[in-house]
Parts: sequence; structure tokens; C-alpha cells
Amino acid sequence: MTTDAAADLVPFMMRRPGAPFPPPEYQEFRNRPGLVKAALPSGETVWLVTRHEEVRAVLTDPRISSNPTHEGFPRPSRTVGAPSADEVPGWFVSLDPPDHNRFRKALIPEFTVRRIRSLRPAVEEIVDRAIDGMLAKGNTAELVEDFSLTVPSLVISSLLGVPKVDRDFFEEKTKVLVTLTSTDEERDKASEHLLRYINRLITIKSKRPGDDLISRLLQGGLLTPQELSGVSMLLLIAGHETTANNISLGVVTLLQQKQWIDDDRAIEELLRYHSVADLVALRVAIEDVEIGGQLVRAGEGIVPLVAGANHDPEMFERPHEFDPSRSATGHVAFGYGVHQCLGQNLVRLEMDVAYRGLFGRIPALEVAVPLEELQFKYDGVLFGLHALPVRW
Amino acid sequence: MARISVDTGRCIGSAQCVLAAPDVFDQDDDGFVTVLDDNPTGEAETTARTARGICPAQAITVHD
Repeated sequence: MTTDAAADLVPFMMRRPGAPFPPPEYQEFRNRPGLVKAALPSGETVWLVTRHEEVRAVLTDPRISSNPTHEGFPRPSRTVGAPSADEVPGWFVSLDPPDHNRFRKALIPEFTVRRIRSLRPAVEEIVDRAIDGMLAKGNTAELVEDFSLTVPSLVISSLLGVPKVDRDFFEEKTKVLVTLTSTDEERDKASEHLLRYINRLITIKSKRPGDDLISRLLQGGLLTPQELSGVSMLLLIAGHETTANNISLGVVTLLQQKQWIDDDRAIEELLRYHSVADLVALRVAIEDVEIGGQLVRAGEGIVPLVAGANHDPEMFERPHEFDPSRSATGHVAFGYGVHQCLGQNLVRLEMDVAYRGLFGRIPALEVAVPLEELQFKYDGVLFGLHALPVRW
Repeated sequence: MARISVDTGRCIGSAQCVLAAPDVFDQDDDGFVTVLDDNPTGEAETTARTARGICPAQAITVHD
């Protein structure tokens, strides 16, 4: 029996509908034996992983690498696919253990449960100010720009130790990086400005340390100033649009099902349900490895899809329903394995404070357009909303 | 009754165990896991098993 290999290839990436959030093709892929071979726009082929068990297996297997310098590492497009740690020192998401360990060890004291809890008053102040700004302008707002992008940008700048006088600059530049209407040239320029700013901040903090992440990491001595610059840019990029998308999508979902607004379980289910960072965890096999009965050869790219895993009915019954009464524990919205999101507990805090602030202070908050008119990031790397008009 | 042990060499400080089972696990100042109760019973045992299941670094063992 012969098969036409090219005919079996599915094109990738898929367009995501508004809700349910994962592309409907994932359900069909989960039902196939083994993994699914897909063709990227570049013509290279990758293995797609859509079942929960196998996504976790891929993300914990030491024979599977996060390092983009390995032959066969997936490069879906210009904007997807990380730089290597050779290109940007400190870009530790692109390193495997043991090289990765030093970075994680240096950073985890900054993200302990205690430390994150201690940030609550600072996050509350940031959220309150953003809401003050919205209320001062009238009874409508564009929530993505006026709130969802602002809050994480200010939280990260506070974490890094950006002085208050520079926060408007920092926020303006970070927004350019993720706004739909920015041109590539504007994005490159904003990124350059931010990098230059962070390098200057590192120089200042090395002379006059403060109570902030950059100062403590400089004093800890585990990372070089150059690596710290890459780490700071990475924290900014990893923590900004992802958090903003989670906040915005959560507002829409909670406004549709208001009974969950004050329920502590809502956040975990929102993270699972929206799975904004569906295709961030790109990998390549560095040895032959069997995943879900599929032989993956050394040098073949692997794309574990976290929205696929989080909507796997074997793991979560009625996965396309938003139901905080289920236990969403075990979702992989933040990935799994040694690269699981370092800032996940900060994201949870930001979402909690954001919703308490918005729904507490603006009880009449509603989406100002019919849901079908919302501009979802249908083709984005991260799932989210380009804009969210609201009124009260 | 179950005995809990952790492999701090594997721990990546994600703190999922601290959130899932705060009576059983904590973090030291460096962010690594510490065990508060290595013989949890009842509800604490259930939460410890949940923590084992979600630990991204698979650093928790429950000995039955």
C-alpha cells in the first residue's frame, strides 16, 4: 500500500473562531491515531500535538528541545519563533537544562507565592488609576488600550524598578509593540528604544540599587548585566500581551455569564477556556522519540498546542463550556515542564485585581457592540481581542 | 496515609503545589519547595495528590 504523504499534510496555522476558542480542526486531530503532520507556510513540516496527555509528555521529555539553534526547530512565521540565547543573551526560554537552570534559579525568588502576594497593593493602585482614567473620560472606553494593555505594562515596569517618571514612556513603547496598527518599522524602533532604556536602567541600578528585580538580580551575581538585559526584555514581552489578552477575553466571558464574577474559581477556568498562548511552546526532537504511538525523528519540529490540550474532552468534560464549577486544575495554559510560565502567579493576581476593580467600581460595565462584531485576533500567535469597546 | 517526598533538584519553583496544597507544601526564600507535612491525611492528603499531578517538574512523590 502506498500513501501520498503530501496529501496527508494539513496546512498550519489554523484560523481560530471567536468561541469556542481553539480551531475546530483540533477536535478532529485529537481523534486521529498518533500525531498530525502539518505544513507551515514556509513549506517545512511539523508534528502537531493536540491531546492533553501528549502535550504534557512533549513538554517534559529531555529528548525534546526548546533551543531554536537545533536543526528542524519550527519557524511558523516572522513573528512566531523565538530568538536563540546566542542571538539575545538571557533569552532563557530558548535554553534547555542544564543551561536553563541558572536563569530559573536566579528568577524564581522574584516570583514566589509570598512575593507575588506582597505585590497586591501595588497592582491594586495601578488598576485603580487605570479605572480612574477611564471614568474621567466619560461613560465609554476601549478596554484593550485603556486598561488591559496598560495594567500589565505598569506592573512589569514596577517589578523591574522603572522609576515612576519614566512609566508613561515605558507604557507607550510597550503598546507600540503589540498594537495592530503599528508598522514593522514602528515596532522595531519601539523595541530598540526599550532595549536602550533597559540597558541604561541596569547601569543606573548597578550604581544605585533599589528594591526591585533588576537590582536584586545584579546583586545576586548569577547573571551578567548583558544577560539581565535579555531577561528584562523577555519578562516584558512574555508578560504584556498575554496578560492583556487574558484580561480582555475574561471581561467578555464574565459579562456573558455574570453569575461567576465574584467566584474564586473563575480565573483558573478562564485561563483554561481561552488558552491564549496556544502555539507558543515550539519544540524540536533531538533524538528519535515516540509520542502517543508516533515515531518522531531527531530533527523534526513539534508544536504542542495548549488550547488543544485544554479542550481535550478526555481531560475536561464539555471542554467548550465555560464552567468554573469544574476543576480546571491540570490545565496547561501556562505550559508544562521546566519552561512553565514563570509569571503565572502574577497573571492570576493581575486578573483577580482587574476584575475586582472593573466589576466592583463599574457595576454597569457592558460590551458596547454586539459580540459578533468584536475583533478577535483570529490569526495571531496569541489569541485575544484587538479592541473591546465598553460602556457603563 | 501517604508519605510525601520532594526532589528539590527537579523543582522549578512554579509554586503550583503551594497553591494546591498549602498545608503540605511551602517555598523557601530561594523559591524551592519545602514540605510542611510529610504525612498528610484526609483533605490534606487529597490536595497533596493533586499537587503531585500538576507539578510541572514532576518533583513530588507520594509513597503509598
